[in-house]
Amino acid sequence: MAMEAGEIESLIKQALPDAQVTIEDLRGDGDHYAALVVSSAFVGKSRVQQHQLVYQALQGRMGTVLHALSLTTGIPDAPQ
Amino acid sequence: MNENPVHTRIRQEITENAVVLFMKGTPMFPQCGFSAAVVQALTNLGVKFKGIDVLVDPSLREGIKQFTNWPTIPQLYVGGEFIGGCDIVRDMYTSGELQQVLEQKGVEFAR
Repeated sequence: MAMEAGEIESLIKQALPDAQVTIEDLRGDGDHYAALVVSSAFVGKSRVQQHQLVYQALQGRMGTVLHALSLTTGIPDAPQ
Repeated sequence: MNENPVHTRIRQEITENAVVLFMKGTPMFPQCGFSAAVVQALTNLGVKFKGIDVLVDPSLREGIKQFTNWPTIPQLYVGGEFIGGCDIVRDMYTSGELQQVLEQKGVEFAR
């Protein structure tokens, strides 16, 4: 099972329209990705809550069709 | 209201044990690189923790995902609170935040 990087990006942007999404296919196998998601929706949220927003955007694919997505979240123009 | 018995069991585990890791495999023999990474961080800190293998119980494997509203395993609980999965725990370990959380929750670890 695998997912295209573009599909991951568009699902995230549907849920978080202002998100800047950078996706890297870690092994070139369409199954192990790293994603950096920067969105103002994360302001005031804990890291767990930020990741939950991204997982919600993926509508149940995380942990099923998508085996491995290493996630980093951030807020625009704020020091990490 | 009858709670899902799996959720009752999870609540009991995270109440009775200060540090609980829901993982694939056991602390001695992790069955997944992400679980192994969290075991490694806890071991480096000398933290005593209870590892619970979700692979031996499909209802627990699904139940913990619902309970935490988190789609992946491993999941780390400290003092009854969900701390994060592999990425978050690894970041927190590197930045020293995990050590702060352990200290706040009164968990012994090697400094």
